[in-house]
Amino acid sequence: MSYLQLENLHRQFGSFKALKGIDISLGEGEFLSLLGPSGCGKTTALRLVAGFDRPSVGRILIEGRDLAGVGPNKRDMGMVFQAYSLFPNMTARQNVEFGLKIRGREKSDRSKRVNDLLELVGLVHAAERYPHQLSGGMQQRVALARALAIEPRVLLLDEPLSALDAKVRVQLREEIRRIQLELGITTLYVTHDQEEALAISDHVAVMYGGVIEQMGTPAEMYTAPKTPFVAEFIGTMNRLEAQVVDGTAGEVEHAGTRLRIDAARGRSNGERVLILIRPETLELQAAGNGAAVNGNTLSAEVVTQTFLGPVTRVKMTGGLIADMSTARAAALPVGANVVAQVPVEGVQLLTLAADEQLPDIGEGT
Amino acid sequence: MRLRRPRMAPSAVVWLLIAATYFVLPLYATLDFSLKKNAVGAPCCTLHNYGWVIHNGDFWHTIKISFILALETIVLSLLLFVPTIYWVHLKVPKLRPVLAFMALVPFVVPPIVMVVGLLKTFKGTPHWFYGQPWGFLATAYVILAFPYTFFSLDAGFRAIDVHTLTEASQSLGATWTTTLFKVILPNIRTAALGAAFLTLAVVMGEFTIANLAAFHTFPIFLQYVNESQGFPAGALTLLSFMITWGAMLSLLLVGRKRGARGAVIAGAR
Repeated sequence: MSYLQLENLHRQFGSFKALKGIDISLGEGEFLSLLGPSGCGKTTALRLVAGFDRPSVGRILIEGRDLAGVGPNKRDMGMVFQAYSLFPNMTARQNVEFGLKIRGREKSDRSKRVNDLLELVGLVHAAERYPHQLSGGMQQRVALARALAIEPRVLLLDEPLSALDAKVRVQLREEIRRIQLELGITTLYVTHDQEEALAISDHVAVMYGGVIEQMGTPAEMYTAPKTPFVAEFIGTMNRLEAQVVDGTAGEVEHAGTRLRIDAARGRSNGERVLILIRPETLELQAAGNGAAVNGNTLSAEVVTQTFLGPVTRVKMTGGLIADMSTARAAALPVGANVVAQVPVEGVQLLTLAADEQLPDIGEGT
Repeated sequence: MRLRRPRMAPSAVVWLLIAATYFVLPLYATLDFSLKKNAVGAPCCTLHNYGWVIHNGDFWHTIKISFILALETIVLSLLLFVPTIYWVHLKVPKLRPVLAFMALVPFVVPPIVMVVGLLKTFKGTPHWFYGQPWGFLATAYVILAFPYTFFSLDAGFRAIDVHTLTEASQSLGATWTTTLFKVILPNIRTAALGAAFLTLAVVMGEFTIANLAAFHTFPIFLQYVNESQGFPAGALTLLSFMITWGAMLSLLLVGRKRGARGAVIAGAR
């Protein structure tokens, strides 16, 4: 039996449907990230679990027990918020102690638990400081300790790192994962940062327009996206619209060029498909080199080069993107004519309905 | 390197002196007047008038009434408006402009019109309410002090993240009451104190309503003394100033607590 279960959860605000029926099943001690762009319904779902809002339709169950009618103060859910939420009139220690006091725990017991948690988040030295004397990262650590103090049944994190700078964000996300694994606490994490979600989760659920597009392990989400939106949202992806021209030989046509792709074998001729190619798997060579001409290439012109540290991202006409070593990219300056070698194997195809429009969420991230 | 203390501009000094003169000169004149013995040009200085005030039973009686009325008005206003404004900020923010408009009404409606309306409205209510300052007058003063209470508290609530603090408190198991008293109130303490100061000042100096409703409060006594005995009136005015300031200082000391400053700074971010 799953530990936390969301069944057919709907939430409607006036005529706007924020959630259109989501189902989630999470085992005890698992870490699930709800990932999606702004307005996809991920925070709404979290607030329903926390009890701050009520679903229009659907149920939330913990260990098989329906939480309908149970107020947020009776749910035993520890929550860390996006905004700094420490009580400004209390020190870090008093903040962590707050939930324990509410529960009427003995003073000695409280004191020990608070010390343990402050140690866990590495803030014993800042126990007597007020929130305005703590940095953003320290405040979120105290907020995490405060949420954990009550030994919650589920830990809810609502974009807790979004207000922090990049370096602290990476440090803290690793700390969150370490603590979650150490305590074995079931965790629901909301984020719009796909890198964050992939880095620390057991499972990722990508949401879009109030529904879960796909749910799976981070590796599954990255390597085998099941919808065009997931393909676009998780990592950067070349998305090429094409049509199957020879299902037996596995050939498709994209922008007048025939390409051989194994995944097209067995598909019906005329079927509309979306070719998904990760930028790191697209091989580029200067046009006229001769080496790449084996019938499975796309011609393009380099439009921009972006240095990303470990690699350089090359963007080309036709919306093609390739990641390559900076040294190799130097040989393909802006304006150079190139050929992109499309791999025959390991390329994924998604079937597109005849009238299906591709979701536009901006440039791949 | 030592930081040089910023020097005040000469024009600022001039304006400061003008403002100080504006406030201090009348007080000095009143002090000078209060130290003379029942005749202009009499030799300085005597504390006779202060003695008269201190030994006057009506002085102590009326100041006690006004002071208790002020405390009652403060308590009633805070009990009524803190939860109301909290709820409006949390659940129905659309009602905030309506409350702000209502809070302006006591400014717009002259007290004489208000007291006539209130006397008619409450006519026929039990004597313990209509015939006592603690009933009728306190009710009128809660209305009169509403603008001061509302705008002070509203600023306090706007300086903190009411939603997040409430939800954080609830997720930790706190009830509404615990959240209000342990989390929200301590973080709007300065605003509540501001509301209390202003209410105290309004009630201690209110004349029209008390006079028309025939209650014998401190401003009524002050006006009576002013009309009948000019020199003791000066001493009475200064003493009332001191008592009011003393009361405000006590409120400040009672309301101040460790960490309060931090709460205000953090809350205002």
